[in-house]
Amino acid sequence: MTERFHYLFQSTKGLALVAMAMVALVTALFGLLSGPMVEWGVTDFVLDITGMELIPAEREGRIVMLYHAIAMAMVAIMVYFITGIVAMEKHQRSMINATVTVGYLTSMICGLVFAYFGHNFIVHGLFLVGMSLMFFSGILLTVALWPFGKKYRLHDKDYSSTRGGIDLTRVAFFTMAIAMLGSAMFGAVSGSYWGNGHETFLAEDLIREPHKNPLELAIIGHLHIMLTLVAVALTLVIGRWVDFKGVLHKIAMPMMILGTIVITLGVWAVVPFEPIAHTIIYVGSVLVMLSALMLVIYTWRRQIRLGLEAKGIEKGNLGQKFRALFHDALPFGATWQMVFMNFTVSGVGIFMAVRLDEIFRVWPAREERIVLTGHWHILSGIIATIILLYYADLAGLKGKARNWFGYLIIIGSDIAFLSVTIFEMKRLFVTESAQQPVVNWTMLLADLGLGLVLTVLAIFMIWKLADLLKRKGRWSEQLAEARSSGEIPPPELEPVPLTPAVEGQEAPR
Amino acid sequence: MNRAAALAILFGLLAAGCATTPTELSSPPTTYETGVDPEAWVVVPSGEFLSGMHDHELSVERDYEIMVTDVTNEQYALYLNEALAAGTIEISDGEVVGYYPGDEFHGGNHEERIDAGDWLHLPAEDPGLRLAYDGSTFSALPGFENHPMVMVTWFGAKAYCEFNDGRLPSELEWEKAARGTDGRPYPWGDDIERNHANYYSSHDLFEKIVGGQGLTTPVGFYNGNTYDGYQTLTATSPYGLYDMAGNVWQWTADDYEDQHYRYLRGGSKAEYGYNLRVWTRNSAGPEYFSPSVGFRCVQDSME
Repeated sequence: MTERFHYLFQSTKGLALVAMAMVALVTALFGLLSGPMVEWGVTDFVLDITGMELIPAEREGRIVMLYHAIAMAMVAIMVYFITGIVAMEKHQRSMINATVTVGYLTSMICGLVFAYFGHNFIVHGLFLVGMSLMFFSGILLTVALWPFGKKYRLHDKDYSSTRGGIDLTRVAFFTMAIAMLGSAMFGAVSGSYWGNGHETFLAEDLIREPHKNPLELAIIGHLHIMLTLVAVALTLVIGRWVDFKGVLHKIAMPMMILGTIVITLGVWAVVPFEPIAHTIIYVGSVLVMLSALMLVIYTWRRQIRLGLEAKGIEKGNLGQKFRALFHDALPFGATWQMVFMNFTVSGVGIFMAVRLDEIFRVWPAREERIVLTGHWHILSGIIATIILLYYADLAGLKGKARNWFGYLIIIGSDIAFLSVTIFEMKRLFVTESAQQPVVNWTMLLADLGLGLVLTVLAIFMIWKLADLLKRKGRWSEQLAEARSSGEIPPPELEPVPLTPAVEGQEAPR
Repeated sequence: MNRAAALAILFGLLAAGCATTPTELSSPPTTYETGVDPEAWVVVPSGEFLSGMHDHELSVERDYEIMVTDVTNEQYALYLNEALAAGTIEISDGEVVGYYPGDEFHGGNHEERIDAGDWLHLPAEDPGLRLAYDGSTFSALPGFENHPMVMVTWFGAKAYCEFNDGRLPSELEWEKAARGTDGRPYPWGDDIERNHANYYSSHDLFEKIVGGQGLTTPVGFYNGNTYDGYQTLTATSPYGLYDMAGNVWQWTADDYEDQHYRYLRGGSKAEYGYNLRVWTRNSAGPEYFSPSVGFRCVQDSME
């Protein structure tokens, strides 16, 4: 039991698994409170057996808390991934992982209890303690990622670095971490005015307000930049996974660093300089997206090379290269999702920005709201699928199961996301009077796609659970690997009986 | 072969899932008499009330009268015939249009100019409209006489109210009429049940007939009566108004500075239940129309 505990709460793979399980549980439970579950009467049943209190005037507050609960676990997963792949002192890794784990579990559990089960303000206080620990772990991570010391200088010229050997991938991680700390503050300052000049709202409900107050602007900026920075962090993690290097890496990393800085400053500028903030954000976004594009190009070339090597083909023809690209669903899927994001998120966003007054502001606010909420739910969903694909590799998924898992996740999620995109943009090609067939089909396909993803995820989690129940499952191998690599400390020594300290003699430890 | 069979079954299921939903919106629905008089008005007294999600104490300065129901197709058809005869509106290229003196333009971010001139009141040939026009006279489609008037723009709604010596309610007037003074989230109280109002997936009679978004229900339908075995709950506001949540969004009068949008309140048959909370707002340009948008009028109280 102790060994399993060490695996789950000390190793990168175990910690990420626990956080994913927590997100899955929260999603499964709270997903029963909306959408088709309301239509099917499931929500009423859940409310009866759980004793949740859903006061109508508090819906927005509950949703804000639910977003934060899931976001904290997602941030924790990203932190585990980063501490698992970026060089740092062992004690730093242990301290960061421990702090972020206590932080996300406390904020997630206490936040949801506060929001859904009456309003006990001691629990709310604990939620804030959890959030503070998350922030503190971010500070620890930033310190650990410090890139300018001599210890982490790069000598391998294949990777992006300065002439002095400063590792620019590390600088990119460091920049992202600092940007995230500042952006968390951006939201936290507004949140601290809650009940004292600031009222709960959902950003999508304020889209047409011509005059927003600084607290509202700060929160709108906060939610956008936090999701963006999670995406930046994940792109860097995927780069490490596929061993991103060479010319493209040397171009991409400086662009990613500069893009992260520009986009963050652009979002922070929303409060004092709203009219020009969007322009700054666009510039930063272009840099970040070009950097991600280089990662995709590199990964697909690598996939083709590895696929051909696996088949023993030295120089394949076009068809062979095409098949080789798909030989491993996980790295291909992670980068394909980045490309797909351009159709369902970035493309839609740019089209909206360009034709806002001609098209979207002619629609009623509710229609524009659907586009906005669909757009960022899809972005969050795409990030989640990339995390799943990466984690499946970490978890040692191999053979046919690896490709079945990867491709079912990709197909299911992309059908769902594409259907939602068509649904949210339906007014471009169908009137409200004639929309019902479009609504029926897109909703059905979206539900089927998401259902497929959730089923595959459930099978994966059951597989992990079954493995944990085995005495010598994969988990024990992974724990041994983590120990041998120095990721986590060796098992505790036999306890030494405490004896009274004698003057001049150290007490045993 | 097995794979092909599985795919065929999957597509069959998909097709069945969609095909079971009848989507013919133009067939006449069953007529239900609700016993609620669309010509009735009630007085809402002036004074403070709790407004918005955060219960801000705001005040309506004067007593006013408000229609107990939304304006019906029959009422609007009658108005169209009278207004056409009086020359206050006209039909041009299949559209009913009328003069509007324009809004003051403030140059706000995304604000559009609303200049003086003829503006769209309703599209006379859209399939979502529940009126027929025989070249000289408008009439309500059979079965839709007592349903709320839809597909009407803000200009069309305002023109109707003014033609009948009234006006559109301000947002504050609308909200006070909907929730009274005790801060309730729904016109009838604290919670919403399916039989309280016509909203998305409320499984009302007209949703069962049409499927999906469904049809409007007759004004005053949710009054505690049973229709063909379908039991409704009494869903009046504290002042006795019907349909202040669901069925159709309702235009309000306000023209705020720095924007051209007009605001709609009350949610509709196409919205989830939570969007029927009395503080929920929708907005659109004044020329917007929809099968889910209607209105009711107010007038200054004579009492």
